[in-house]
Amino acid sequence: MIVRIMGEGQVRLADGHLTELNKLDDELLAEMENGDGPAFRRTLQALLTRVRDLGDPLPDDSLEPSELILPSPDATLEEVRDFLSDDGLIPG
Amino acid sequence: MSGVMKRMGMIFRAKANKALDRAEDPRETLDYSYQKQLELLQKVRRGVADVATSRKRLELQLAQLNKQSSTLEDQGRKALALGREDLAREALSRRAALQQQVTDLETQHATLQGEEEKLTLAAQRLQAKVDAFRTKKETIKATYTAAQAQTRIGEAFSGISEEMGDVGLAIQRAEDKTAQLQARAGAIDELLASGALDDPSGMHKDDIQAELDRLSGGTDVELELQRMKQELAGGPAADQQAIEGGTSQSQQQDRQQSQDTPRFDKQ
Repeated sequence: MIVRIMGEGQVRLADGHLTELNKLDDELLAEMENGDGPAFRRTLQALLTRVRDLGDPLPDDSLEPSELILPSPDATLEEVRDFLSDDGLIPG
Repeated sequence: MSGVMKRMGMIFRAKANKALDRAEDPRETLDYSYQKQLELLQKVRRGVADVATSRKRLELQLAQLNKQSSTLEDQGRKALALGREDLAREALSRRAALQQQVTDLETQHATLQGEEEKLTLAAQRLQAKVDAFRTKKETIKATYTAAQAQTRIGEAFSGISEEMGDVGLAIQRAEDKTAQLQARAGAIDELLASGALDDPSGMHKDDIQAELDRLSGGTDVELELQRMKQELAGGPAADQQAIEGGTSQSQQQDRQQSQDTPRFDKQ
């Protein structure tokens, strides 16, 4: 599946890695919901690192729909929370 | 729904990909349906061909029977001419049997011909329908492809707008930084002006130094003026010379004279 890291690009991931990444991802969500900024940052970095390690980067000129999207490495908890709010950061 | 990346993915997809159902590509369905229609059309055509073949066979049989029938008729006529009425009767009765067969076959032939015409008509109609379907299918496919491209563009745009968000942030940061630098530059100017900061470049003079410079400059001018006045008056400046030289007033005057006249005269 194709995963986009915002501001970075897309990587192709084997479905087998999903279980491991899901664990981090759920952790990240919990930390965001608890408002735990430092933990959120740590988990986000860990998750991004894993995705980069496990995935193969897609060429920049390829146009593939992303199935999963990750916030950019410097995204803050608040920014991600805004993303996940009903309106999202991109209106419409 | 759980996980940040899944939720973000879903939100992006919902925004960019509303129209598209990934589970099934309608183009494939249309192509499959078209293929099925073509197969059906082929079957009908094969049916038409089969009927036509049967009809041809019947026609051949009929021709043969008609030939036999006329042969028997000829034979009957000849037999009658030869006075063999029994033979003529036999020939005519065989011919009658053949005629019955011919009639049966003609009925069959008419039926087949009707069937064939119906099938041909059906095949033509089906052909027209399949052609229409193909046109429609191509239109739908083109529309679908366009919609898909649009959706892709939508997603690419989402991707772009997310990058644009980054760019926006970068610009914001740059602007903040510029404003900060400008503010700092202003503050430094003020600090340098107040003398609170030393200017290593020496380009900048604080107001106190400028005032001091002005004052000291003024003092120099005043001192210079004073000195000149005293010189003219033969005041302290002349006294100083006398003490230094250790000479009398007259000697001083002599010296001044000698200074007025060329030296070689004195020597």
